[in-house]
Order: sequence, then structure tokens, then C-alpha cells
Amino acid sequence: MKCIAIGLVVAALAAAGLAFAADEGGARVAVPRIEIARPGKCVAPTPVMRRDHMKMLLHQRDLTVHEGLRDPRFSLKGCVNCHASEATGSVLGKGGFCSSCHAYASVKIDCFECHSPMRQERVATRP
Amino acid sequence: MSTDRRRFLGWGVAVAAGAALAPGLRLIELAQARSPEEAASALQRWGLLVDITKCADCEACVTACREENGWTGHGRPATDPQWIRKVSLRDKRTGFAQTLPMMCQHCEHPPCVDVCPTGASFRRADGIVLVDKHICIGCRYCVMACPYGARSFVSEEVTGQKADVPRGIGVVEACTFCVQRVDRGDIPACVEACNRDGGKAMVFGDLEDASSEIRRRLAAGPSTQVRPDLALNTGVRYQGL
Amino acid sequence: MAVVHYREIEGRSRGYLALLGALGAFILAGLAAAWYMEHNGHYVTGMTNRIVWGAPHVFAVFLIVSASGVLNVASVASVFGRSLYKPLARLSGLLAVALLAGGLAVLVLDLGRADRLIVAMTHYNFKSIFAWNIFLYTGFFAVVAVYLWTMFERRMNEYSARAGLAAFLWRLILTTGTGSIFGFLVAREPYDSALLAPMFIVMSFSFGLAIFVLVLMAACRGTGRALGEVVLLRLRNLLAVFVAAVMYFVAVYHLTNFYIARQHDVVRFFLVDGGVYTALFWLGQVLVGGAIPLVLLLAPAARRSRGALALAAACVVAGGLAQVYVLIIGGEAYPLMMFPDKIVSSTFFDGVVASYAPSLPEIALGAGGVALALALTAVALKVLPFLPRSLADGDVDAGAA
Repeated sequence: MKCIAIGLVVAALAAAGLAFAADEGGARVAVPRIEIARPGKCVAPTPVMRRDHMKMLLHQRDLTVHEGLRDPRFSLKGCVNCHASEATGSVLGKGGFCSSCHAYASVKIDCFECHSPMRQERVATRP
Repeated sequence: MSTDRRRFLGWGVAVAAGAALAPGLRLIELAQARSPEEAASALQRWGLLVDITKCADCEACVTACREENGWTGHGRPATDPQWIRKVSLRDKRTGFAQTLPMMCQHCEHPPCVDVCPTGASFRRADGIVLVDKHICIGCRYCVMACPYGARSFVSEEVTGQKADVPRGIGVVEACTFCVQRVDRGDIPACVEACNRDGGKAMVFGDLEDASSEIRRRLAAGPSTQVRPDLALNTGVRYQGL
Repeated sequence: MAVVHYREIEGRSRGYLALLGALGAFILAGLAAAWYMEHNGHYVTGMTNRIVWGAPHVFAVFLIVSASGVLNVASVASVFGRSLYKPLARLSGLLAVALLAGGLAVLVLDLGRADRLIVAMTHYNFKSIFAWNIFLYTGFFAVVAVYLWTMFERRMNEYSARAGLAAFLWRLILTTGTGSIFGFLVAREPYDSALLAPMFIVMSFSFGLAIFVLVLMAACRGTGRALGEVVLLRLRNLLAVFVAAVMYFVAVYHLTNFYIARQHDVVRFFLVDGGVYTALFWLGQVLVGGAIPLVLLLAPAARRSRGALALAAACVVAGGLAQVYVLIIGGEAYPLMMFPDKIVSSTFFDGVVASYAPSLPEIALGAGGVALALALTAVALKVLPFLPRSLADGDVDAGAA
């Protein structure tokens, strides 16, 4: 008897949840607001970057530090220069590209303990 | 011979010629700076020669390193990092005085690399000894192990880092031969400053390149390592010690 | 042969709860110190770029060395077949695990990037004795856990000799590794010696046994268990032998340096003009850690006194801490000899004896590690039957000692 009662309650809650979801018409969760300063020029398509940018960073940092490979396409400085907010010149803080999504996802970024998050104004002829 | 065999032989000769010439082509490339997409290679070994007789009583090298790499410090000399320092020597018996710059000696057999538990302290193929600050856990064993006291532990939060020189709290760091400059064909900041403002005592170059100035200067007169008894084969050599 | 009955301690007295409370307070202080150091950076401590390993490492190394040595009692029972020590084997194994846990906690919490512990456990440079030590320490937990299991589980008792042998060999390698952390450093005159590894082994015997004696006497006194003279006499003699052995190694170390002209300054530094290090050496290491315990353990008048044994053990612990302090911090304070025959000076404190004063966060962290080890022991004694019900003379196997 008790089992049937618990089962009914659970089913009712699930149905209610679904109903609510259907009400909001598809957007079931809040999404972060990310400003992209210079759109359309990233090194890989957006879905790939969203999914794999952490793997790319981990892989590239070993190549750069240990082998001295400094492909300009994958330099962190290049990412920052492109993505830094127009207003603050940084990828952190208010409107910062990296921090807006990371704050939303609640994933601490370690990179900028050491790396500068600021755009470098100097035009690089050679990286 | 059939046309197939002829073609095969032709290709074979071409491949063999290419393989024979390729190392030569590579060497010519390296005489100019390495391109950013190329890995550091053991065909080069970076070295530094300091002529102490020309070392003036200035700190141009230290100031330049500070400026280039961003380790300005907090006015706490015991805990502030120092990538390069001027060391004053006075002979105990004769009283003869000298100064010289002391920095990471970029040894061929670095004790700091041997002792690092995670492998963060490593020697790049072209001889530059570096700290991979991504995997350094801050145990400071390498600081204990260095015979030259070259390494510093960052014990305060770092802000305003230079974009080319990432530095952060809790890891160990040392002179990198300005690897960010070397990798784009430039020379370390200390050498540039010494040649510009100091006593013109320092020469930086490729020890594997027989035609480089550093090789010619090393061949022209006596030079020495600091702590030669340890047989570390340092990349930094001193003349006039 | 007497059958040994083990039992958990009651653990409900006010004294026991007060003990746990006090230890808990020290542990909290240690955690607070670790947070303070990590949050502000190590510049708030006394550690500098010349003295990178300070008071926390003194405590940590002392605890780790003692952890390996405290297993000696169990080894003597299982490996060397002395059944007099068998009832003590479980406590010995427990203390080994607890002391190591305390020491490692201090070491890990002091790291510049303690959040990268996973990195330390997944990236290994096998040329580094430090990396080997990480393996040896974590493996030690496993080996001793299995060893304890063979002692607790009746069906596994027949394997305890083999498990004991494995644990014995493991800890010899572990302590050799700990000593080699310093012995392999070519850069520093006070280290760079093959003698340090065997010296650490003998130090582990001495410090470990002293801690074992203190914990055993306290536990039996606190729970009203009988502790007979037969057991105490054996432990007394053993401790005296180990203390003497440590003194021997220290003497050989300094005598050898005395014969090497290049090392004369090292000997002079430690024995004559090293300031606080010389004081700690003679008063702490030699007098309190060596001469006084030997008198308390061997003098006929003191031989029958339990107080003398406890005092001797406490002196060995204090002297041991002094010894590790002199070794680690004295060794770092001694200047790097880059330019022999020259007077050296620089902005980076070259050529001078580095100054160091332990700061409160460092001491709190180290003390927290000690408290953690003792707290783990106290709790474990209540949870599982580590202590024999009685160690009175009639209940132990006096004949087969």
C-alpha cells in the first residue's frame, strides 16, 4: 500500500514538472549572456569550441611549453586578444567572455592566475 | 628495363637525394630563427658567455630582466623572486674584487630536473631549462637542489603579468633565457641591456653553431663554469673568473 | 603460549573526551593555518627563498620517519619471531598508519599548489626520489592495512609473518627514500652524503620506539590496563640501543666531514659557530636526545622507574625534533659554496648564513599534523581491538623474548 502511494506521488510530481517545462516553450534553463567582440573568426566552429576548448587548451599548452611550438592560431594570447571585451579590454570580470560562461557553469578558471587576461594593443607582426 | 622499373628507380633516386639533402636544408633553416610552428630541437643549444672583466658595477641586466619578465617584487627581498642577481666576490686572501651576474645556468644535467616529482622542471630540447607552471605543485624541492640558488618560489599573488610571461603564486620560477624572445629570433633582455647600457660583457648564441660569436669567443680564450666539480655542463660560461 | 585477548578501549570517560577535544582544537588550528598560508601566500610565513622548507617540514619529516620506525615492534614480533612483542603488534601497525597520515597531511597542506595533488599523483618523474617517495608512502598505507588485517582476521593469522616481512622491507625502502631526499642533493655541503639514508633508518627506529613507548604507557594508564615489567624492560633496552646507534651515525657523519678539508666549514658551522643550530645540536640533539635518555634508560637507579622510561622517551622525541630541525633548516641556512675562497655577497643573500624564525602558522600546521596522528590513534583504539587486555608479566610470553 505504502509503495503504491509513494509511486503515485512521484508520478504526479514528474507530470507537474513536465507540464511546467512545456509551458516555457523549450527554454527550460537560463542561458549565459556572452558577448563576442569579433564574431565569426574563431579557430574552430562554435559547437566544437564549446565542447572541446578545454581539451584543446590542455593539449596545446604542453606542445607550447615543452616543444616550443607556438602556432599563432592556437596561442592563448591570440584567444584573449580577439575575445577580450571592447569595454574593459579583459576576458574576465563584468562582460568578460571567459568569466561570463564560466560563472554560469560554476567552473573555476585557473588560467588567469598566471596568464594575463588583457588584450595586447601591440600589433603583432611576428607572434 | 621496363618503364615501371625505370620509374621506380627514378623515384628511388629522387627520394634518396632528398633524404641526403634534407639535414643540410634543415641546418640552413636553423641558422635563421626557428619558425613558430617548428619545435625546439637539439640541433641548437642556447648558451650565454659573460666576460667578467667587462662586467661594470651596474645592474642593467637585472633591471632589464625585471622589466621584460615582470618580477618587480614587493620590497620584501627575502621572499621576492629574483631571476638574476649581481653577485659581488672578494678574494679571501688577496682582496681582489669582482662582480658577476648569476642566473639559472641552464645545465645539461640539471639537478632541478632530476628532483622534480612531477616533471614540471624540465630541459627543453634546445637546452633551455624551464618550469612547466601548469604541473608545478610548489613543493620547492628544486629550489633546494639548485647549486646556484637560481630558483625562486612565488609566495605572493601576482597581478599585471606581462602577456608573454605568465607568472603566478604557488609555483617556482627562474631565468628562462627570455624564451619568449629567443623563440622569435631575439636575444635575452639582459644581454641586450648589457650591450646597450652596460659593459658589453654578455654574448648569447647557439653553442652548436660553429660560426656563432659565442663559439668563437669560447674558442679564443679560457672560460669556466661555476661549480665545475659537479660536472653539470652549464650553458652559462664565465671568462675572467 | 599465552593466548592474547584484545579489546577496544571504553572511550567514554571525561578524560578521553577532553583529549579528543584538545586534539581537535589543534587540528582545527592547523587547518586554519594552512588556509591562511594558502590564501595569502607563503610570504606570511617565516619561509623565504633561501629557507624554502621550514617548521612544517621538520614536523612532517619527523612524523614520517617515526611512522616507519614505530612498525619496528610489530616487525620484531612477526619477522623475527619474538612472541613477547606479539601483543604489541596491532598498536604498532596502527601508529605507523596514523603517524604517516599526520606527516603527509602537513606536507600536502604546505604545497604551493595543494589543489594540484591529483597532478602529483598522476605525473611522475621517476628520476626523482621525491616521486618514488609518493609511491612508497601511499603503498605503505596499503601494505600496513593488509598486515593489520592478517593480524585481526583469525583465518589470515598464518599469513601475518609474510605480510610482516613485506611491511618490514617496504619501510626500509621507504626510510631509505626519505633519507635520500636529502642525501641526493649535490648542491648542498651538509647533505650530499650516502650516510643520510642509513642514518634515517636508525633515527626511525629510535623515534618510532620512543613514541610507541609513550603511547603504550599513556593508553594503559588511561584505560587501567596492566603493563608489566617484562615488557617495559625489553622496550627500555631496545630504546637505549637505538639512541646509541643514532649517536654513532651522527658522530661518524661529523668525523668524516672533519677529515675532508673542503667540509671543515660545515663541521664548524654545526658544531661551533652556527648560532641557534649549534645550540640545538649540542643541547637538543646530543644532550636531551642522546645523553640524558641513555642515563635514564641504563643507570641502575633509574632502571626500575617507569617515570624514568617515560621521561627518556619524551627526551628522545624532543631531541629528535631538534635533530631534524638542525638537519633540514641548518642544512638550508648554510650558504651555497659557489665560489670557494671568495667572500660572496648579493641581494639574494648569497654567501651568508640565511636567517629563519618559524612563524606561528607554520608551527600550528606542524602541531596540527601531530594532533591528527594522535587523534586517529585515539579514535581507532575505541573502534577496533588494538590493545591487548593485559600486558602484565603473567600474561605475556616472557620465555620467548
